[in-house]
Amino acid sequence: MSRALIHVPPRARAGEIIEIRTLVQHPMETGFRPLPEGGFVPRLILRRFECIYDGAVVFAAELHPAVAANPYIAFRLRATRSGGILFRWIDDQGAVREERAGIEVI
Amino acid sequence: MTSRRFSTALIAALIAAMTSAPASSEAGDGRRSGYLFMSPQTRAMQDDDMANPGMLTVLEGAELWSRPTGPAGRSCADCHGADGSGMRGVAARYPAFDVAEGKPVDLAGRIRKCSAEHLLIEPPAFESRPLLALMTFVAHKARGTRVTTGEDPRLSRGIETGRGLWRTRFGQLELSCAQCHDDNAGRRLGSAPIPEAHPTGYPIHRLEWQTVGSLQRRIRGCLTGVRAEPFPYGADELIALELFLMDRARGMPMETPGVRP
Repeated sequence: MSRALIHVPPRARAGEIIEIRTLVQHPMETGFRPLPEGGFVPRLILRRFECIYDGAVVFAAELHPAVAANPYIAFRLRATRSGGILFRWIDDQGAVREERAGIEVI
Repeated sequence: MTSRRFSTALIAALIAAMTSAPASSEAGDGRRSGYLFMSPQTRAMQDDDMANPGMLTVLEGAELWSRPTGPAGRSCADCHGADGSGMRGVAARYPAFDVAEGKPVDLAGRIRKCSAEHLLIEPPAFESRPLLALMTFVAHKARGTRVTTGEDPRLSRGIETGRGLWRTRFGQLELSCAQCHDDNAGRRLGSAPIPEAHPTGYPIHRLEWQTVGSLQRRIRGCLTGVRAEPFPYGADELIALELFLMDRARGMPMETPGVRP
């Protein structure tokens, strides 16, 4: 797993609903692609995405083999307090990728 | 008076809409980028750097650009600048004439040559991740600049070779590139629109490929489509076709990383 692009508004009013957009680089290999010499390309997909903010998981998603490469996930959350927002992707092999972004709530 | 004010406002709004449209679409002379043949959703994906998956490849290329490698521990950045700003507009004039080789060389070929001669490493394989990442990084530096390929008179022979290939019927279907992309551009092949084949967005992130790919991959795909045996990567024929196409798109703005269905 490698690069990620994350968009979080730098500041928001308390109680405001903000949009978060994430794009992560991942092949999302389905496991259904045949190899020329027989057999299949082993499956390697992101299984779970989580967003942790203000001490709680505020958004989570289960991903499946039909999700395209480089999953783009956009969602909204309510800005409550200034601080970090943690993004976490977990793949088939249990590898975890984490990204952080900050928000200032005024 | 009211209606005149209204129409003035309308014109102002139209001008605003036209100027805010990405520089990725028009040439002003009727030539149309493949961008204009796409659905609004796919266009939005290309326009938004936060949603364009090609931007991940640009990031990947930026990392490779400044990573020291090889026995000399050199990186691209050592010669060409840390942020690659010296590469602004460079991809818009490729394929370019290489004096040592005495023939045109495309961006992939230039990066491979540079790797071998200056970084002293085994050149990255055609269509490999590192090569595509560097190509995308460099071509992204040319985004918005106009294609100038073909201004060098030494390229004219290569362009003519490319033009000849463009008009040659290939494969079991006996179709030439020109029969689709000149004669029938704007119409449909099955459900898919036939674009004019201006290579201004390469390397592109193609949704069908689920990854970034080169113009050579695209041309090879077309050759397979007409049931011809595609030229191998790096073949002079493919470079001649790239050269002809870039010359044909001269003056159009670069869009890399383009998104295509």
